[in-house]
Amino acid sequence: MPDPIPRVPIRVTVNGTRHELEIEPRLLLVDLLREQLDLTGTHVGCDTSYCGACTVLLNGASVKSCTVLAVHANGGEILTVEGLAKNGELHPIQQAFVDQLGLQCGYCTPGLLLSTYQLLSKHPNPSEKEVRIGIAGNTCRCTGYQNIFKAVQAAAKAGRK
Amino acid sequence: MYPNAFQYHQAHSAEEAVRLLSELGEDAKLLAGGQSLVPLMKLRLASPAHLVDLNFVPDLAYVRREKGAIRIGALSRHADIEASPVARQIPILYDCASGIADVQIRNRGTLGGSLAEADPSGDWGAVLLTLNTTVRTVGPQGERSMALSDFLVDAYTTALGPAELLREVTVEIPPKNSGGAYLAFKRCAPVYPTASAAVQLTLDDSATCRDARIALGCVGLTAICPAEAERALRGQPLTPKNIDAAVEAARAAADPQPDIRGSVEYKRHLVAMLVRKAIASAARRARGERVEVSHFYA
Repeated sequence: MPDPIPRVPIRVTVNGTRHELEIEPRLLLVDLLREQLDLTGTHVGCDTSYCGACTVLLNGASVKSCTVLAVHANGGEILTVEGLAKNGELHPIQQAFVDQLGLQCGYCTPGLLLSTYQLLSKHPNPSEKEVRIGIAGNTCRCTGYQNIFKAVQAAAKAGRK
Repeated sequence: MYPNAFQYHQAHSAEEAVRLLSELGEDAKLLAGGQSLVPLMKLRLASPAHLVDLNFVPDLAYVRREKGAIRIGALSRHADIEASPVARQIPILYDCASGIADVQIRNRGTLGGSLAEADPSGDWGAVLLTLNTTVRTVGPQGERSMALSDFLVDAYTTALGPAELLREVTVEIPPKNSGGAYLAFKRCAPVYPTASAAVQLTLDDSATCRDARIALGCVGLTAICPAEAERALRGQPLTPKNIDAAVEAARAAADPQPDIRGSVEYKRHLVAMLVRKAIASAARRARGERVEVSHFYA
């Protein structure tokens, strides 16, 4: 029998809640969220760092959580789709996606919400080009993106009020 | 998909990472941003027994101006370079950093990881070969410096020894009246380009080209510097005839492989188009114009 792989202790804050865990080094961030913390709002799409369905914020930077090791979140703060709504009220980004019909099947939506969150934190008043660049890492196979662009622009407008 | 199990080692300094690599031997791999290595591990195309993680090493991520050069720490994320006003002093660096993959991948992927992986489709190699770029490495025998052209040996092969790592990349600020541009053709944002071209020009006061550096990406085992294309411009006026000669020489120097991204002829055509457009943008920048360039998408 080979020696067992030592587990690694990590501390992470997810949506404001602190967690201390011991994990396998090969655990991916998305699986930490979904399998160990039961936060299944973050979806696995392609599982190859292409589609962006698994996008979350790690220390304020959007990442594809299927391609980040959970150990890299050690000491860090994570924001997932579950952390957007406050006190039962949808986040303005979420509300904009609802109002503008910025989704159909909804599978890509959690990732798009977080990419929009990242975009608007850097460009509160994004140009159309900045919107396109900001969500270029998120694939939607239903909408054709037009309503997503409208939703991002509506969210930006709501955020400026 | 899960990677095979591996033992995790967090390095706290470059020297500690070197020591760990020396002790652990061939079954150990360095982990920087992980945007290539983690997918390879998930597909089980790579199954290292040990990973030595650089992500928690302080002082490996910075972009600084020092005298006539910009020094970039190997762990700098593409997004750090994209956002750096210092890196903006050489516009082609911004073209490259801001065009790699998508926001999420730029937030994680690193300059050092990209160069050390030496993927034939990587962006940084082509761009930095058009500038005077040196790299500083650290290994069991200490530090050494070399020109980037000596560092990039072949596809997926660099001059790094088994327990050596890339520490810093230094780019000389080009002389006055210089300008560069980097353009790629991509099927969509997250993927590697199908073809890319980097052009860095230095003009005399007139429209004559004092120096020209050209590199072609994704159309050879490493980035290709087409010497004949450079000669067609160097010391010559930037006339349509000379530009045509440079473009044709670049097309001839490209050595692409046919694959899912296109045939040999298609890629030669693309790379010629990209060289032509990059020469035009580089020349305008060299004359002091502000020019935004962006990649082309299928």
